[in-house]
Amino acid sequence: MNILALFIIIPILTIIGILSTKDHRGTRIVSAIGMGLQLITSVVLIYMFYAERNAGNHADMLFMVDYMWFESLNIHYLVGVDGISVAMIALTSVVTFAGVFASWEVKDLPREFFISLIVLATGVFGFFISLDLFTMFLFYEVAVIPMYLLIGLWGSGPKEYSAMKLTLMLMGGSALLLVGLFGIYFNSAPNGGQLTFNILEISKITIPMEAQRFFFPFTFIGFGILGALFPFHTWSPDGHASAPTAVSMLHAGVLMKLGGYGCFRVAMFLMPGAAHELAWIFIILTAISVVYGAFGAIWQKDLKYINAYSSVSHCGLVLFALLMMNETAMDGAIIQMISHGLMTALFFALIGMIYGRTHTRMINEMGGLMKIMPFLAVCYVIAGLASLGLPGLSGFVAEMTIFVGAFQHPDTFHRVVTILACSSIVVTAVYILRVVGVLLFGPVRNDEFLKLTDAKWFEKVSTVTLILAVAFIGIVPIWLSDLIRLSLKPILDQLSSF
Amino acid sequence: MERYGIPLEGFLVISTAMFFIGIYGFLVRKNLITMLMSIELILNSVNINFVAFNSYLFPENMQGNFFALIVVAIAAAEASVAIALIINIYRRFSSIEVEDIDEMKY
Amino acid sequence: MINFSYTIWILIIPIFMFLLLGLLGMKFKPIISGVLGTIGLGVVMLLSYYAAYQYFFQLPRIDDAYQQILAHNITWLNLSASLQIKMGVFIDPISVMMLVVVSTVSFMVHLYSIGYMKGEKGFQRFYAFLSLFTFSMLGLVVATNIFQMYIFWELVGVSSFLLIGFYYERPSAVAASKKAFIVTRFADLGFLVGILLLSYYTKSFDFLNITGPVGIEVTRNLTQTFLGMSVATWALLLIFMGGAGKSAMFPLHIWLPDAMEGPTPVSALIHAATMVVAGVYLVARLFPLYSFAAPDALTVISYVGGFTSLFAAVIACTQFDIKRVLAFSTLSQIGYMMLALGVSGYGGEKGVGYMASMFHLFTHAMFKALLFLGAGSIIHAVHSNYMNEMGGLRKYLPITHLTFLIACLTIAGLFPLSGFWSKDEILVAAYEHNMLLFWVEYLVAGLTAFYMFRLYFRVFWNKEPHYHHKPHESPLVMTIPLMFLAVASIFTGFLPFSKMITSDRLPFETETNLMVAIPSVAIGLVGILIAFLLYKKDNTRVEKIVKGLGGVYTTIYNKFYIDEVYMFVTKKIIFNLISRPVAWFDRHVVDGFMNGIAGVTVLASRKIKGAQSGQLQHYAFFFVLGAIAFALIFIYLWQ
Repeated sequence: MNILALFIIIPILTIIGILSTKDHRGTRIVSAIGMGLQLITSVVLIYMFYAERNAGNHADMLFMVDYMWFESLNIHYLVGVDGISVAMIALTSVVTFAGVFASWEVKDLPREFFISLIVLATGVFGFFISLDLFTMFLFYEVAVIPMYLLIGLWGSGPKEYSAMKLTLMLMGGSALLLVGLFGIYFNSAPNGGQLTFNILEISKITIPMEAQRFFFPFTFIGFGILGALFPFHTWSPDGHASAPTAVSMLHAGVLMKLGGYGCFRVAMFLMPGAAHELAWIFIILTAISVVYGAFGAIWQKDLKYINAYSSVSHCGLVLFALLMMNETAMDGAIIQMISHGLMTALFFALIGMIYGRTHTRMINEMGGLMKIMPFLAVCYVIAGLASLGLPGLSGFVAEMTIFVGAFQHPDTFHRVVTILACSSIVVTAVYILRVVGVLLFGPVRNDEFLKLTDAKWFEKVSTVTLILAVAFIGIVPIWLSDLIRLSLKPILDQLSSF
Repeated sequence: MERYGIPLEGFLVISTAMFFIGIYGFLVRKNLITMLMSIELILNSVNINFVAFNSYLFPENMQGNFFALIVVAIAAAEASVAIALIINIYRRFSSIEVEDIDEMKY
Repeated sequence: MINFSYTIWILIIPIFMFLLLGLLGMKFKPIISGVLGTIGLGVVMLLSYYAAYQYFFQLPRIDDAYQQILAHNITWLNLSASLQIKMGVFIDPISVMMLVVVSTVSFMVHLYSIGYMKGEKGFQRFYAFLSLFTFSMLGLVVATNIFQMYIFWELVGVSSFLLIGFYYERPSAVAASKKAFIVTRFADLGFLVGILLLSYYTKSFDFLNITGPVGIEVTRNLTQTFLGMSVATWALLLIFMGGAGKSAMFPLHIWLPDAMEGPTPVSALIHAATMVVAGVYLVARLFPLYSFAAPDALTVISYVGGFTSLFAAVIACTQFDIKRVLAFSTLSQIGYMMLALGVSGYGGEKGVGYMASMFHLFTHAMFKALLFLGAGSIIHAVHSNYMNEMGGLRKYLPITHLTFLIACLTIAGLFPLSGFWSKDEILVAAYEHNMLLFWVEYLVAGLTAFYMFRLYFRVFWNKEPHYHHKPHESPLVMTIPLMFLAVASIFTGFLPFSKMITSDRLPFETETNLMVAIPSVAIGLVGILIAFLLYKKDNTRVEKIVKGLGGVYTTIYNKFYIDEVYMFVTKKIIFNLISRPVAWFDRHVVDGFMNGIAGVTVLASRKIKGAQSGQLQHYAFFFVLGAIAFALIFIYLWQ
């Protein structure tokens, strides 16, 4: 059996398993086992990928499977992975695994909660392995829809509002995206013949320039909304603030990455001409995202808002780097996706754990947590340091690769926007240290907090998993970087053909 | 073309008149029973048309007559269903004024 | 061929200690972790000494020049076809010298802290952070390329942040750590952009390439200019900005005095002897580039250094917190080093400034660490940082007193202590290059002697205040480092630096210029004399002088209000004028627009929904109208 099928089958089996459990305990154990298997599978996938590459298989995509699905529209279930997808799958497995442990103590309707969570993860896995635009879109929707239920039912604060806002904005994105995808589909056979959704097939032909110019913005913005592209990012602060812990983790950690992944795998890969022509507009928008998100974060008082804005800034950097369209910058963009996915998941996990204890997320109501819950506080400091780009943790590798890549354009425009983006490292330091200083250090402000306890074992599993991943990438980046780099070649060839 | 000393137009005028009287009744009368009666008028105006066209245009065929009979049968069924509905509506709203029955809005 | 591959252990031991103490520290007794850390560092120190011995005395020289050796160099990250970030160990005169400095001071501080930090909560954490810092600093020193340097540069910044904020329950410590990190981060932005610019043209990060003939050739021939300066000058100035941030040069100096919130051994290690000289080291590392490609940048460096040294010395005369006096003194001395680099030429006799700068770095590390550790010993005894609460301590702290006196004499530049030799070389370099700066440094030498002896007399002589309990001498574990460093302060001046560490790695001869040396000792003596008159005994002369100076004194005492300016910029401008409007804009304009779309949709729906009245007859009416309209269309328009 093809290994990629496992990424769909394991979640489905897990869901069936959850349905057959009777109590809360069984539910979470089944979920943990399922997602643990998923994690193992993705490790095996990495191993198999390397084995295959070392055996001399230099196809762009490995483990490809192709089933005809809708003959009349030429829709296939076509899956396959390259190094980038493998890396993204590994990210998703880690974050989902940590997410299950972070939501170990969900009290209301745990069965439904875990099912929605796993459905979401399935959508994400499916998205990353799909090579057929239609299948990809289908999985994309599978990932987005459960979000509404998860936030609307298990969220906090103005959850209905946030869930609605998030879903509507993402649906708006999907609508744009659908237009873009159909645009690509109907232009996939400019010289007559069978229309196709197959990404690899389409990449071999050149979509007419007029069509590219028209449909590129649709596709890019459609995916960009999910990647928190300024000014379409406002779902992110509200959505994250209301979402339950595991959902914030998965959303910021993984779902937002669908945006970045889609941007280069679909928009830029299939429409390189328009990408070159229109890049400057989006470079300006993303550079604004980067700085603006960082400045926005300084003023926030709610921990989740701070991280949501920080995500806007970091995800802005992803798109920014992609649009630089050279090997180094794009490599950096993908490392940044993974790095941001891990560390933001870590952040949201920790915020959820702190909130679960103190029942507030306002930083000015807390203080001195280092004394009360040292484990969580130390993890928070690590996450913060990763976020502000401390060498030895993943954020640094990503940012530096991006900046070096972006600096390879010697013209003034690129230089200026790059330096602007670089300046975010200072602003990031300001808001991270502000939070760390107020929240973790200093005197304990509320005596009631003194009786709170430190992390429980399942919380430790969740955070330690993520920290290990962050540190691994930070210390041995060459492994990830080279995995991505080899797979970037077709995309770069495609882009440089213009 | 003329049969029984009456031109086809005569039937058509009658049926048109009945049809619009029915429509007028349906739109204007507030009592559900009267509205039902207006519907019957509309149906029967159609029946007249069927029969008239059948015997004037295709006297050798009988489809128009059959269709009219079917419509009559359906109309009977429909009337009974409608009356049943009206009775239920009356039970619920204590009224058979159509203006009082406006819960399905917005 | 001598193999330097063992030098990797100099890095491995501290990081291992960090992980061990950081992860398992709480399982040990505090004293065990302290001893473990100290032993580890002792091994590192011995390895460094061995490396220095081998390098300077056993390794054959090529054409009389010391070799540059890449003991290790592995690829850490591929960035592009030409750019790779590598990690390795680079052995050349200055890196070996720095290894000795860092490991010696670090070992002394480790040892000293066993006594000083005894009984503190978080003792293990302290040692873990110290190990992390030592690792980062050593990594910075042996960096083979500028990016490795940047990486460790950030790591020392973080270790410094962690150590300044060691007493994390004290708000002032937290604020100071934040300030230190953010100010240096801001400077690092310049450093980063400088690296990016430079590496874009040189196509390499490696020091061997960029400071070698090829790199110099490339950067010299850059024709691109920006705002009237060549790109090379820009790049190097930006890199210097990073160095200025770490070395606390004006106007990025504001973090260093506040950093004294950290435990005193930390101040000795990080904020006096090692990390703060990283900026000097950075400029020295890239010195050939500065010298050949951007002489303008060097001029800037010399003026920044000269100004900082004067500025800080003036402030130091007015401070009462003994650690702050030392902090400003550090600023002033680093200003000296920067200035020496700035006025230096390349090669042979012309490179005397370079040599002097490194020499001063070395001696300064010893005597300043001694001063700080001595101050720690004093604070340990009287539990206060303020000299008003001290006095007459010579009776109670004999060893501290003696070693502190040696350090004060050394920094005042009295013959034949080490400070004399290194300062003399700096003055010689300035004398040959820039008379203005030369006179400034003269003045600073006098001021230095004055403020150090102000401190000395105020603390060890003068009137004895009422002590709550009798001050007592520190334990042996604290005084041994003092004694060692005192010996080092006395004798390191005799090291033949011009034979070992020079700009072109070729030894040259120096001779003492009596014209420079005698007045410099004299002005030092004058400074000491003034301090003696004013502070030896409790008297009212000082108050009279302070009154006479009036506003000038207040301005100096408040450090020229630079902190307030920064406060204004950050609080008022960044927070209130940028961040707050951005947050508002996001909530109300961007999000408002999105909510507006939703609002319009709702409004439209509300308007239209009236048509759905629930009245059967309305529907029927529209149905009929529609049917008639269709009928008409079909009859008349549909042909």
